Amino acid sequence: MEGKQKIFELADISQVYLTRQYRFTALKHINLTVEEGDFVALLGPSGCGKSTLLRIITGLQQPTVGQVIYKDVPLKGINENATIVFQTFALFPWLSVLQNVELALEARGIPKNMRTPKALDLLDRVGLDGFESAYPRELSGGMRQKVGFARAMAVEPELLCLDEPFSALDVLSAESLRGDLLELWLEGKIPCKAILLVTHNIEEAVSLADRIVVMEKDPGRIVKEIKIDLKHPRDSQSPAFQRYMDEIYEALAGKTKARAIEAGGAPGEAGTIRLLPHVVVNSIATFLEYSYTHTSNTTDIFRLADELGIDADETLQLTEAAEVLGFATVDKGDITITAPGKEFVDADILKRKEIFAKAVMDLPIFKWMVSLIQKSAKKRLHGEIILGALELEFPEKQAKRLLDTLINWGRYAEIISYDDNTEFIYSEAPQFAKKE
Amino acid sequence: MLRNKKSAYIKWADWVVLLLILVGLFSLLKLAYYAPTAAKATPISLGVKYIPYYAGRSMFRMIMAYLLSIIFSIFYGYTAAKNKLNEKIMLPILDILQSVPIFAFLPVFVFSLRALIPQGLALEISSILLIFTSQVWNMTFAWYQSLTTIPKELKEASNIFLLNSWMRFKKLELPFGFVSLVWNSIMSWAGGWFFLIAAEIFTVGNKNFELVGLGSYMQEATYQGNIKALIMGIVTLIIIIVLLDQLVWRPLLSWAKKFNLEMVSGGAETETVSWFYPVLRQSKIILWFEARILKPITAAMDKFFNKRLSKKKIVVHKEDKPGNKKVLMGIGIVAGLALLFGAQRMVAFMSTVKASDYLYILEGAFATMLRVLLSLALSLLWTIPVGVLIGSNKRAALVLQPLVQIAASVPATAFFPILILFFIKVPFGINIAAVVLMILGTQWYLLFNVIAGVSTIPQDLRYTASMMRLRKWNYWKTLILPALFPFIITGSITASGGAWNASVIAEYVTTHEKTYSTIGLGSIIADATAKSDYPMLFAAAFVMIVFVTCINRFGWRRLYSLAKEKYKME
Repeated sequence: MEGKQKIFELADISQVYLTRQYRFTALKHINLTVEEGDFVALLGPSGCGKSTLLRIITGLQQPTVGQVIYKDVPLKGINENATIVFQTFALFPWLSVLQNVELALEARGIPKNMRTPKALDLLDRVGLDGFESAYPRELSGGMRQKVGFARAMAVEPELLCLDEPFSALDVLSAESLRGDLLELWLEGKIPCKAILLVTHNIEEAVSLADRIVVMEKDPGRIVKEIKIDLKHPRDSQSPAFQRYMDEIYEALAGKTKARAIEAGGAPGEAGTIRLLPHVVVNSIATFLEYSYTHTSNTTDIFRLADELGIDADETLQLTEAAEVLGFATVDKGDITITAPGKEFVDADILKRKEIFAKAVMDLPIFKWMVSLIQKSAKKRLHGEIILGALELEFPEKQAKRLLDTLINWGRYAEIISYDDNTEFIYSEAPQFAKKE
Repeated sequence: MLRNKKSAYIKWADWVVLLLILVGLFSLLKLAYYAPTAAKATPISLGVKYIPYYAGRSMFRMIMAYLLSIIFSIFYGYTAAKNKLNEKIMLPILDILQSVPIFAFLPVFVFSLRALIPQGLALEISSILLIFTSQVWNMTFAWYQSLTTIPKELKEASNIFLLNSWMRFKKLELPFGFVSLVWNSIMSWAGGWFFLIAAEIFTVGNKNFELVGLGSYMQEATYQGNIKALIMGIVTLIIIIVLLDQLVWRPLLSWAKKFNLEMVSGGAETETVSWFYPVLRQSKIILWFEARILKPITAAMDKFFNKRLSKKKIVVHKEDKPGNKKVLMGIGIVAGLALLFGAQRMVAFMSTVKASDYLYILEGAFATMLRVLLSLALSLLWTIPVGVLIGSNKRAALVLQPLVQIAASVPATAFFPILILFFIKVPFGINIAAVVLMILGTQWYLLFNVIAGVSTIPQDLRYTASMMRLRKWNYWKTLILPALFPFIITGSITASGGAWNASVIAEYVTTHEKTYSTIGLGSIIADATAKSDYPMLFAAAFVMIVFVTCINRFGWRRLYSLAKEKYKME
């Protein structure tokens, strides 16, 4: 790697959202270097701050702590040597394909007689000749993203940032566009020195990137860097490829910690409060059911995801939920069902609710909520009150999601009930026909 | 699950803003004491040949007010959208201003501006300002809203591709907000006509000030009992409105289709059909205009702005600096003290009005409120069934829709002179006429909202309802009325605003022989204006503004959030 030019360096970047009440760390101590010729993938579950990191690298956002050093100079404002290909394309709907590409050139002060031929050439390169005068709404998702690529390449960036560029596309278009990108990149047809790909798709990262930076959430941080030593074209069924996939799953799923840590704390108590994974109870049950029907109690998480046909994000959320509830433990990329987990899976619907209720009441945050409600005069609390308490710990969005999960799980377990009209949470089973 | 309750701004801000408006109005009124005595204005002649001149005068006011509205909207919207602090101050101002019955302002405008400029000009300007205040708020809101709802990724794309602020305006913000600006312009013009005619009628009613225009022409025709002239006036007005719709708004809407953000082509929304748009597209004059005038101008603007703006580096904002905050605090304190001083003077001024007069004003407020509510109830009585019919029956819609649209486009105030001719001879006539005018002005808001509401009821819900064999009343009670509720509330808010405004001209009518009036806030304002009784005028305007704001805050606003939360079709 010596002798290669450094494109950018992240020097101890942290992003902290600070209000009067709480301090929420979105990114913590991020250090990363990208060099000329690198194709790096930032990989992680949603909420790990990988998109925030991309915005910091391009200068769209300023980090709370730390610096982006771009070619030895600290970055101030928008990074003029970088561009982004957006997940949702970000094309101007009222401009034609050609005008969309030209706009990027116009903004850089390139005169009209030069920008049209250049834009046409780029559209030609991505295979869009004949569609210059079409409007984005007339194009398929894949073609729209091609416009996105052409526009990004038009400004000849040194650093090309791809923000989940394939995740809004259908499977076929995504696959073909990945192939196109790789071809352009390997043959040197893209006028850029490095590519940074943000994705939550593990297979995509392994098949495209030379280096994968694995990130975790709460707080957003880098947990592992993996170099991919595979020649293109890469065969996703090959053992070497599968080993990389397994390795990444292992890094992402982590290892189940001591019970007290997994269960998390509650407001006003010691220990960090867990942001419960935002999943519905029935999915947890099905997920466990599936892993249990295998020959042993232990299953490879990556295989499981593959068989169930769900993406890594959802798999990891479900795994986390099973860990929190004490239904399963995770180690080295394998999930093992615990005794309560087994009991839960084998039970009928009513019994399941009972077991689930017991598991949930073991969590400090549930204990806290239920005791709060029971202490109140009418054995009910307005949702805003709980939310207010949670907002002392988390930003509004996260707090809302957490409350949502609390209500959802609590309702399933029948330890609380909730009236959406009045927004009251009751600490008892639902009571019907009480009104009027 | 849990709803968004936190509004965009601080709660008490509303009341500060209200006080600000009242104190502002009060300072304006103080000016009126320096005004010279009114000069007698030239009379209006009823000859048909003068109509184009009068129509031209009215149009001029409308156009001036509209241009003013656009410029104001764009600047205000920009400033408000720029940062959180501006937002916190500027949004409540907008919110209160748009719910205040602006007609209470007109007499104050007229009196006070005369102190500064010649009477004719003062009248002209105050009428333009009045029309402006009726047009501007919804446009500003629309612009502000479109600025703040621009998709994040389009903003980020503009940043990363280094678009300067001019390019951003031209390629992103204006196209994004265009459709809503056009729709709101159409609404603003409709509202503007109402106030234009009202302003002209009102000033004629006061004899001393005359605002020459179509409205005053019609009013004069009513005085003289000249039915032919009256009808000619109304016909002219209808022609102007229809022409504007066909030659300006519809082509604009057709053209604006390209700015639709929908990424899907061929949306199912109702298409605006314009016969004139294709004609325009092919006309040589327009092509010439586009190539020789429009293009060079935009090119020159591009060059001018791009040169100036290209050097500036785009820096993403960080939090406000503390020094900045101190300066702002200082300004805030000074402004607050000035406001308190003004408020103290205002209270002193208002205390010159006797307590019994306040009682009278309050009685008037309740009387007017009853009329407003009555007119709403009567409007609902016919608009709900008819709206449901139009909304759910294609055949009926085909026949009724165009009729309704034309009828709705004529400002209710234009019919007022006719109403007076008719009702003045009946016992309680003025009372009936006032309610009828309010109904005329309010029913369309309700009807259109009901139609829109019906179209949101999903077909499968209707099927379910009919499969459950819901009987007539049950069908209405469980499906139609809950579905319509949010729309009825939305319509009622706008409608009641219009009705309060109408009260000022409806409760107090002067003809050559006699003045007819009934108890009400509107008539108190009109009477005080006629007598130049400034303290009484201000007290009544004060009560009207506070009264209506409170009704909005504590009545409509709550109903609206209830409607939005509970009865929304999702």
